[in-house]
Amino acid sequence: MKALDVLGLKKSFGGVTAVEDLTFSVEEFETVGIIGPNGAGKTTLFNLITGLYRPDSGKVLFFGQNLHGVPSFRLAHLGISRTFQNLRLFNSLTVLQNITAPMLGMHGYGIAPAIFRTHRYRATERAADKKGRMLLDFFSLSGKEEQLASSLPYGDQRRLELARALSIEPRLLLIDEPGAGMNPREIQDLLRTLRQVKEHFRLTIVVIEHQMGLIMNLSDRVMAMDFGEKIAEGTPSDVKKDRKVIEAYLGEELVC
Amino acid sequence: MNFFGSARRFLISSAIAYVILKALFLSGFLTGYVQQIILSSFIVILTSLGLNVIYGYTGQFSLGHAGFYGIGAYAAAFLGVHFKIDSVIAFIPVLFAGGAAAALIGFIVGVPILRLRDDFLAIATLGFGILVRVLLDNSDKFIEVLGGSRGFIGIPKLVNIDLVIGTTVFLLLITRNLIFSRYGLFWQCIKDDELASMVFGINSARMKLMAFTYGCFLAGIGGALYAYLYSFLHPSNFDFLKSIDFLIIVIVGGMGSITGTICVGFLWIAIIEGLRIALPPQVLELRWVLIPLMLIAVMMWKPYGFFARRESRLLGLGKES
Repeated sequence: MKALDVLGLKKSFGGVTAVEDLTFSVEEFETVGIIGPNGAGKTTLFNLITGLYRPDSGKVLFFGQNLHGVPSFRLAHLGISRTFQNLRLFNSLTVLQNITAPMLGMHGYGIAPAIFRTHRYRATERAADKKGRMLLDFFSLSGKEEQLASSLPYGDQRRLELARALSIEPRLLLIDEPGAGMNPREIQDLLRTLRQVKEHFRLTIVVIEHQMGLIMNLSDRVMAMDFGEKIAEGTPSDVKKDRKVIEAYLGEELVC
Repeated sequence: MNFFGSARRFLISSAIAYVILKALFLSGFLTGYVQQIILSSFIVILTSLGLNVIYGYTGQFSLGHAGFYGIGAYAAAFLGVHFKIDSVIAFIPVLFAGGAAAALIGFIVGVPILRLRDDFLAIATLGFGILVRVLLDNSDKFIEVLGGSRGFIGIPKLVNIDLVIGTTVFLLLITRNLIFSRYGLFWQCIKDDELASMVFGINSARMKLMAFTYGCFLAGIGGALYAYLYSFLHPSNFDFLKSIDFLIIVIVGGMGSITGTICVGFLWIAIIEGLRIALPPQVLELRWVLIPLMLIAVMMWKPYGFFARRESRLLGLGKES
């Protein structure tokens, strides 16, 4: 079953084409890596899938359902989640609240139970609290539940961003440059974490990354983009050797 | 019941405050004028709390809060006079009707303008505030009894200490419960990062509208109490400068702190009225030099307000108590 089916997707900003007639698909439980130089349209693609941008043409199908015109917040309820390249945590909330807020958005209670603190309010809050703590534990963030998200060191913030993305129990997870700003050691830790995520949560993953080592280790399949177009697709080792991919990264003359 | 069970400490501290004030009022130690000032501070606190929900928690910068305060006041006054209300019990539905009127207008206005962000929203709400003021100035042209720029006279004086404190405690408790529920959490998510909150399943348009409508409801209740405390309304009491008063209380108290709004609400009234007594009449207007200087000092010393985002455990305003 195809989890994600992108058909002829196009998006331009003024005269600049960010995504040009892009078609690709992702099978359920598959991990697909997307590589490409800066400005290749990778993040734009994520923004199109998560409804933050409207495509000029083409469509995105999620388990066969056309996502055209579906507002962002509803996509989360359908099972699409993501992380952001430049962290976008809820900085004035605690670490735990960063996780429980999306959870309570999925399974909540009405206004009356909130005002009168009914049994339903208590039970739902307690369940989110418990699940949130378990999730934080999985990402080695336990003990930091009550700290402000903004007070965490960078590496912890990155892990919290991942934990938050998983808090809504998505079927499709889009990870945008998880290794941005990390040193090789931290990249190794990140790879381990991402592998654990892949094993523990049965989901479909699309990951954008510049770190070749990470992409090659994690992905079942890799797609390379340049100037908004798909220039190669296949197993990690095939894509790595692809002439067009090397050209895109190193320039034409160097290849000859 | 959980509603009261989770608020034991808050209800106890409220009861103590009530007993002390009631004793002071009955002792004859306070003049009617001072009593009126004390009651008016509760009204200011309720209204500012509404703005704190809108701006402090949800981050929607509103400069038109006094407009909703005025709508509540005029709506309640009109209903009371129209139906010849003359008892405190009969006033209670009128009080909530005043809140409902402000909430309804807040909802209708909120649908289009809450799409705007930051400065743009500030300008739109500022425009709304001015619009209300102009409408009230000319209100006698369509409904004679509202009095227009001459003011609305003949409102029965039905507000007493029991009603003011009862209403304040009840609405404070509801507000606290909302803020510490998932709704309050969503409001704060939207304030931090609206885009991320949408991606994580929060219907931000709806949540902003809810916060705005509820904040306007509190302003409307405040306005309705005001009308029946002073028994006279004038459009100049609901103009742009009044909105700034509420804004100052929210910011100085702490955006996102109920405790801050309460403490600074009292402090604000105490300073304004205290200076009226302390300063000799010929230099009374020096108040408006001293107060801004104090504000500058406070903002340099405590840029996030006195309570930042903290709540007092003593008053029982935290999540549980």
